[in-house]
Amino acid sequence: MYSFDVVRPATVADAIEALAQDEALPLGGGQTLIPTLKQRLSSPSVLVSLSGLAEIQGVCKTDDGKLAIGGGTKHVVVAREAAADYPALAALAGNIGDPAVRNRGTIGGSLANNDPSACYPSAVLASGATVVTNKRQIAADDYFQGMFTTALDEGEIITEVRFPIPEKAAYMKFEQPASRFALTGVFVAKYADGVRVAVTGASEGGVFRWTEAEAALSSKFSPDALAGLTVPADGMISDLHGTGAYRAHLVGVMTKRAVAAAH
Amino acid sequence: MTEVTMTVNGKSVTKSVKGNTLMTEFLREELRLTGTHVGCDTSQCGACVIHVNGEAIKACTMFAAEAQGSEVTTIEGMANADGSLGVIQQAFQDHHGLQCGFCTPGMVMSAAALLKDNPKPTEHEIRDYLEGNICRCTGYHNIVKAIMAASGQDVSGIAAE
Repeated sequence: MYSFDVVRPATVADAIEALAQDEALPLGGGQTLIPTLKQRLSSPSVLVSLSGLAEIQGVCKTDDGKLAIGGGTKHVVVAREAAADYPALAALAGNIGDPAVRNRGTIGGSLANNDPSACYPSAVLASGATVVTNKRQIAADDYFQGMFTTALDEGEIITEVRFPIPEKAAYMKFEQPASRFALTGVFVAKYADGVRVAVTGASEGGVFRWTEAEAALSSKFSPDALAGLTVPADGMISDLHGTGAYRAHLVGVMTKRAVAAAH
Repeated sequence: MTEVTMTVNGKSVTKSVKGNTLMTEFLREELRLTGTHVGCDTSQCGACVIHVNGEAIKACTMFAAEAQGSEVTTIEGMANADGSLGVIQQAFQDHHGLQCGFCTPGMVMSAAALLKDNPKPTEHEIRDYLEGNICRCTGYHNIVKAIMAASGQDVSGIAAE
């Protein structure tokens, strides 16, 4: 690793001030950033650890019935504390990485990084959630802007994510067994006004909505409704773990499984 | 350099560390607690698992500066007060839960974290919890057996010696 300082402010205001320094980077749980630093792919002058910000940790219900999760909340906490209100989201969080990773990694860190194979982006997009930062609220449809790219500005941090709670939902992940990231993962969420389907791990453009499947499932919420629907292999990730065509096929399979499992 | 203070295996320590000092380096090089092993250094293998405030974490993927004020437990803190092996360690010995032993510190720390939350895990729950701990010798059966035994459960149904 290159040399840098680590500071650990106790309030969001202090964190934002620290992030205004030249070449400062926020540090969430570090489960992606620290390996990146070890490879010398990043050379910050100072890392601003967000782990001391008590005000952005925890899970609660808002007055209008949404599930609010602080940006600094660890996966293990989401798995435990979202289980009653949003079991599909809790199950997703409880299956990220491995237990030790879940004890460090945070929802805000995952969303800020927007790895094309991360689990959380699919839940946020399929739920039509709102990403709340220290300065604004961003709709999920505007937030994700391609692989490792988001609407966040430099020095802006995710303080909360607000999820409308669906009638039914499920996340199905086809795991890449070495990394435990999603080779392809599909999150299906059924709301009173329609179904949303978000796919992670498959596209070179990062997480995306499968709108044809959404339309079919909104008329009939059943795996049969997806018969004959496919996504094109163009623009799908091709690597040693699977071709674009394979991933495109997995999108259909995992969507059907998610619909069948939704509760 | 930043000054950090934490409690390691019940003892308070204060040291000056660089920002990029990992917990593995802090424990092994500053405190000379070399029981925490570095296998992959990419947070895949779990040989470096320690407990920070009671939670299992990979010490290769946390900075020492972030452990300010924490309670840290390493494999050196797992023996009984009289120096004899703790229940989990003894079970690993009794059931041949190790061969070369390199992964064992991480296995024991993960097992301890599991049993704290789930005192009677099923075989499936144990295998699931050890997802982030890699052993290249044993094929895991005897590790699972040791953890079942450490939790006071019958091990006769576990596959293969």
